[in-house]
Parts: sequence; C-alpha cells; structure tokens
Amino acid sequence: MSGTVDTIVIGAGHVGLAVSHCLSECSIEHVVLERGEVANSWRHERWDSLTLLTPNWQSRLPGFCYSGDEPDGFMSVPELIEFIDEYAVVSKAPVRTQTTVNCLSHESGLYSVATNQGNWHSRSVVIASGACNLPAVPRIRDDLGDDIDVVTPYEYRNPEQLREGKVLVVGASATGLQLADEIHRSGRAVTIAVGEHVRLPRTYRGRDIQWWMHSAGVLDEGIKDVDDINRARNLPSPQLVGSHERQILDLNAMSDAGIKLFGRLMGVRDGVAQFSGSFKNVCALADLKMGRLLDTIDEWAASSPDAATFEPPERFANTRVEKSPRLALDLDAEGFKTVLFATGYKSDYSWLDLPVLDRKGKIRHREGVVDVPGLYVAGLPFLRRRKSSFIHGTEDDVRYVTGHLESFLSG
Amino acid sequence: MSEESSCNNGVNVAALLEAREALTAAPEAAQFKWRATCNWENGTHSSSKVEGFFGLGEEQKHIKEYAFDADHPEIFASEDKGVTPVEFVLVGLASCLTAGIAAVAQNRDIQLKSVKATLEAPMDIQGILGIDSDVRNGFDGVTVNYDIDADASQEDIEALVAQSQKRSAVYDIVTNPTNVTVNVK
Repeated sequence: MSGTVDTIVIGAGHVGLAVSHCLSECSIEHVVLERGEVANSWRHERWDSLTLLTPNWQSRLPGFCYSGDEPDGFMSVPELIEFIDEYAVVSKAPVRTQTTVNCLSHESGLYSVATNQGNWHSRSVVIASGACNLPAVPRIRDDLGDDIDVVTPYEYRNPEQLREGKVLVVGASATGLQLADEIHRSGRAVTIAVGEHVRLPRTYRGRDIQWWMHSAGVLDEGIKDVDDINRARNLPSPQLVGSHERQILDLNAMSDAGIKLFGRLMGVRDGVAQFSGSFKNVCALADLKMGRLLDTIDEWAASSPDAATFEPPERFANTRVEKSPRLALDLDAEGFKTVLFATGYKSDYSWLDLPVLDRKGKIRHREGVVDVPGLYVAGLPFLRRRKSSFIHGTEDDVRYVTGHLESFLSG
Repeated sequence: MSEESSCNNGVNVAALLEAREALTAAPEAAQFKWRATCNWENGTHSSSKVEGFFGLGEEQKHIKEYAFDADHPEIFASEDKGVTPVEFVLVGLASCLTAGIAAVAQNRDIQLKSVKATLEAPMDIQGILGIDSDVRNGFDGVTVNYDIDADASQEDIEALVAQSQKRSAVYDIVTNPTNVTVNVK
C-alpha cells in the first residue's frame, strides 16, 4: 500500500490512536502506520506481571474511557491491550498493521515515509512511536564477565527465565522494585543498586496517590511550572505498583522482605561491582521530595470543601539505610548469576532521516511541535504536562498537537 | 526569583544560570582541566601550588598563585609544617559542599546567616603502615555535620544540604571510583 494523505501518524499505540481520533474529528485525511499490531509494545515487549500505575478511572483517551465495574482497580497488560484494541475499533482508526517505517525524510514541503509495504507521502507527520522502544543500559554492562547473564525489562518476562543464583537489580524505579520483589519471591536472593529515585506511597490519607495528585493539580503542572524541564522529562518512574493489595512499594518494604540495598552501581572491575557512597543522600533526596509533595497535597486538602471527609495527614518513616552500606561486591565469589538493568528505556529513531535530534538522541520539540514545519511528536514524558507520561495525560497533549497541525495544514 | 528578593548570600545565581544555559548550547566549552604542582621539601613536608587551569576553551588563571604546605604531625615523627593530605581531602569536601549550599540557597531564595560544617573521618592506620592488608588505606567513612542558621524551615535546610551533595564535585570524587594514572618522566 502507498499513497498521499494530509497526515501520517507513526505508531498505533494508545497515543497514535488518540491522534487519529482527533484528526478524524477535524476531518483530516490520515493513515496510522504500525510496525506490528495495535498496542504492539504492550503485546510483545513487557513482562508478564506488569499492571498500570494508574487506577482504571484514569484510563481514558479522547472519546473513550474505562467502562468496567472496578474503577479503582489497575489494568493488567492483557486488559490494557483489549482496551486499546477496542479504542482502535470504536474510533475507526485507519491503521496499516505490519507496516514498518524504514525512513522518514522531508523534501520541498512533503514528507516521504518509506515502509516495508511501500511509500507514503504527506504534508505533516505525527511521531507516536513511543518513549520506551529500547532498553537504556549503561556502558557498565560491557565490563561484566561472560559468566553473568545480563537481562533488561525488554526481554524479561518472569523469574523462571533466570538461572538459579543471586540477582543484582540495577535501578530503583517502579520497574526495578517490582521486578526485584517478584524475583525475590521466586526464591532468588536479590540486591538492588539504588540511584536517584522517586518515592511515592500507593495510598495516602485513605485515597490513591494518583487521586491526590490529580485533584491537587500536580499532574496538570506544565513546562512553565518546573525549574528544569530536562530533569522533569528524565525522572525515573515513581516507586509504585498497581495491585489489588495496594501495597506500598518502597525501599523500606524491600528491606523488610530481606532484599539488600546498595548505592548506585558505578563500575565493575575484575568482577567486582563498585557502588557509590552517596546512597544515604539519594534516599534523603527522595524522602524530602516525597515530604514536599505530601505538604502540597495537605495544603490543597485543607482548602478543599471536602476537607472534613479526608483522613488525617500522615508521614512515612524515612528510608532506612545501614550505617555503612557496602561499596563493593565480588559478583562471582558471592554467587551472582544475573544482573538485571532496570535503568530505563529510550526511543528508537534509527529510521528518522531529519536533523531534529539533540546530542542525547532525543527529539527537540516545544510541547510536541518539532522545528521542521508539519512535524509533531506525542507520547513522550512531560511532553507538555507532568501527566503526559500517563494514559489520561494523552488527551490534552494530543488535542494541542493536532490543533497546531490543523492550523498548519490550513495556513 | 533572586532579582525580586532581598536574599543575598553573595552568590551571583543569575550569572551561574546564564553560564549553565550557555554551556548547554556549547558543551565543548564546559570541558575543564584542573591542575596543581607539588614539590617535595624535606621529610614528609611538601609544598603545592595552584594557579592555572583550563576552561571555556582557553587557559585561565586564578587572580594569584595559591600555595599549600602538607606534612604530618609530630606523633608521626614529622615536623608538622602543614596539615596532612587526608585533611586536605576533608577541606576540599567541606568547602565544596558549603559553596553548593550557598548557591542552592540563593537560587531558592533562602537567606543564610551562618553555615558551619564539622567533619570527621575515622581511619585505621594499620592500612597505610602495612600492618594488615585487609585494612584499606583510606577513610572508613566521612561524617559531615552541618550547623546552619537560615530563614528557612528545618526541612528546607535539609533539602539544601541534600541538593548540594547531589551537585558537588568533591562529594562525587570521594564517593565514587575514579581512574588515577600516575606517570614518571
């Protein structure tokens, strides 16, 4: 298939489909190119036990929302795939599946998209291919011996995949802690290397933390509300898990379970992993930041007309850190067989033949508007607001981007 | 921010933020080289000098040359003509963190009245004396205690100190491994 349309959308995940929905609303002729199936990354590149960090009532997209009977539950990946599949059907998105974009280029006002299924042309393009295409693994991985299995959340499915033996999990984001927890439960001794992290309680004053952040306006904070947008865009995911038990997943919970905590992994030399001596400070920073967020929530709660209905404010114990955490670990001698790098993801723009990437390989954009006319990006962390990372943050971003795109096409 | 406030810790935050923006656009200018020279005097006494460094794409100089004597105390059978090298490390760490506290406080509009750090670093000198090869040469750890008087809550002061560690060069040098190459001409 090939042809010329007003707009090409790259990627049929929830963001690409939301873009398609908004383009259809303004009768902009478009096509959505998808390398695999709808919701492909969710289908093929995530681990078995993954659930959303946001409750079901927050699962909403332009013209579509969760309609089940568990608004406070958390979707599993199969449920999310079903949700996105249904959205594709309801919104009649013109998706071309199994269509891999090999090259996007731009000449004399026209974009060319070369795919494995022919070439497309358009005056505008929305990149919605996602922020989590490839695992971002530090170069330290090359210094690990051949006898250590290196795994990332991209290939990881469940603990049974791993060899018997100790596991070092690098990273203390939602992913790192969730995987450390389930691997530990599988009977393998787990150590986590902890760098900077974002600590959040699942529930606070009797309600879900996402409800508080939503209600107090924290998730609506925009680019002008933060000191350093780069920092805000690169924050690790908050230490949360969406589960029936609504348990708090923080470093103290890890310690209570018997998981060992070390500082950030800084290097591996002759089989000895070296950890930063800054562990206490990264914990202090996360404790202080969580305290500030809870202060913000309490302030909002006090001024709310529903103030009387909220449970009283609470504060959580600071992160416990051993007096002198160990700084080195002889991986082989101590029986470590696996190092799991939960150190984040990055986008794959290897197909992008346009001068729009910064030196870190990220797309330069202003609230989704890229500096080549007619080119847009959506579905990146803090694209415009703090909630951009979440499914319910998609609508605001996508309406802004497609609004700009519509003026561009008619301008 | 700082322009509208009466807070003054003697840090030109506007200039620092401007430099940050300029260096984000021109990362090559952010490549610095720090230098020192050291001359052996006698016994364990040495004198070090610091004047030039490289940065912003060219050679730079302090406003004058600074000199530092290092030695060991008399209980090590030395003449104590200066502080020990390990005490220089404490001085470096304390002054780096303290400078950071002033800069972060200025940026956060917090007026400092006094900032005092007291440092202590235990060390088992069986390591440097080669008595026990299981004992490391360096510190067992470093404790920095801050006593800060400022127009801010206890929590804000703790956040200042935490942020200053996050951005401190010497804190990073002390807490993380660094490759060291020592050549002989």
